[in-house]
Amino acid sequence: MNKVSRKFLTVDILLILGMILPILTAIVITVLFSPPTDGVEITGALIFFTIPMPIQDFPITEAQINSALVMISIFCLCLYMTHGLKENPELKRQHIAEMIVEKAEALVKDNMGDHFSGFAPFIASILALSAFSSLLSLFGLFPPTSDLNIVAGWAILVFALITYYKLKCGPLNYAKSFADPPALAPLNVISEVATPVSMALRHYGNVLSGTVIGVLIATALQGLSHLALGWAPGFLADIPLFQVGLPAVLSIYFDVFSGLLQAYIFAMLTMLYVSGAFNVDLYLKLRAEKKKKKENKRNKQYNENKVLEEK
Amino acid sequence: MLELAIGIILGCCALGAGMAMIAGIGPGIGEGNAVARACEAIGRQPEAKGSITSTLFVGCAIAETTGLYALVIAILLIFVAPDMLVNILTSTLG
Repeated sequence: MNKVSRKFLTVDILLILGMILPILTAIVITVLFSPPTDGVEITGALIFFTIPMPIQDFPITEAQINSALVMISIFCLCLYMTHGLKENPELKRQHIAEMIVEKAEALVKDNMGDHFSGFAPFIASILALSAFSSLLSLFGLFPPTSDLNIVAGWAILVFALITYYKLKCGPLNYAKSFADPPALAPLNVISEVATPVSMALRHYGNVLSGTVIGVLIATALQGLSHLALGWAPGFLADIPLFQVGLPAVLSIYFDVFSGLLQAYIFAMLTMLYVSGAFNVDLYLKLRAEKKKKKENKRNKQYNENKVLEEK
Repeated sequence: MLELAIGIILGCCALGAGMAMIAGIGPGIGEGNAVARACEAIGRQPEAKGSITSTLFVGCAIAETTGLYALVIAILLIFVAPDMLVNILTSTLG
């Protein structure tokens, strides 16, 4: 067992603090700024302050702050995992990091083909961001994915990627893809726009429905235990008889399982849509034609130069 | 009179939210069918369990979309629409 240097340990501790501190900051902000409720209120994201802008005021909400803090936390986690990489791994975390990278690359290769193998970091980061954002509700914080704006931003990013890969085969082919049966062109345009809308609403709706059902069941159990013990004198009436246990079990499904599944599905759909938008055969054919044209032109010029020289 | 109008608005919003969630029937039947077929496929080919399960999850998520549209509309009707409609009513009546 070789000793690690003091500098190495210091950096390690700083990175671990970088992982934990953003979450603690989010908890402190929530405790300080959220208005007092009895825990049965369903509200959207809290608006902390607004920045005046020429067209419309720009609100800074709880969802944006939490999302940024999750990003910092994931960034520090990644730095921690890759801290002290060696050719012959000594640290356990290097094995875990290598396993994650291999899994992500295999997933992308299976679903998108060899041409998109560079997409692994993007897919892995969208997966991690979505999963950690949904899991934030385990700390009692506002999960950024239950705000439509955050998820819509991701969906718009995916839509931009889809359009970019469709345009790679030329604008003419892009326009032609809408008029596949010419009579159905308007419907094709609508279905193109429906892709990001349905992606955003699916993720948002799933996470939000978990929150709403959790609050409804907690309220119902509160009423039930009040009904059962309300007649008792003193502090006995306040014993949360039925609230113990059941909400936790439901939270495993609605917060953990549903959040992770939605992250996986969002990443999966991103892969399927982006790889489906790109026609590899057509792209390679067009590129070969372009190359041939260029070569012909160059040969022609070369021959002309030769003729001139001979003269 | 104003109280009656506000009552009608609140009641109709609640009714509309309830009716919107009738759409939950469709995804229920669809996902049930998908899971039944996936079980059959796993029974026939146990070695393909992994890919069948991941395809099933993605298919279920897509089948769920219409139900979630209904959910979003129901949530809008419960939490957003009443305030908005009552505000419109009070501002027009003065």
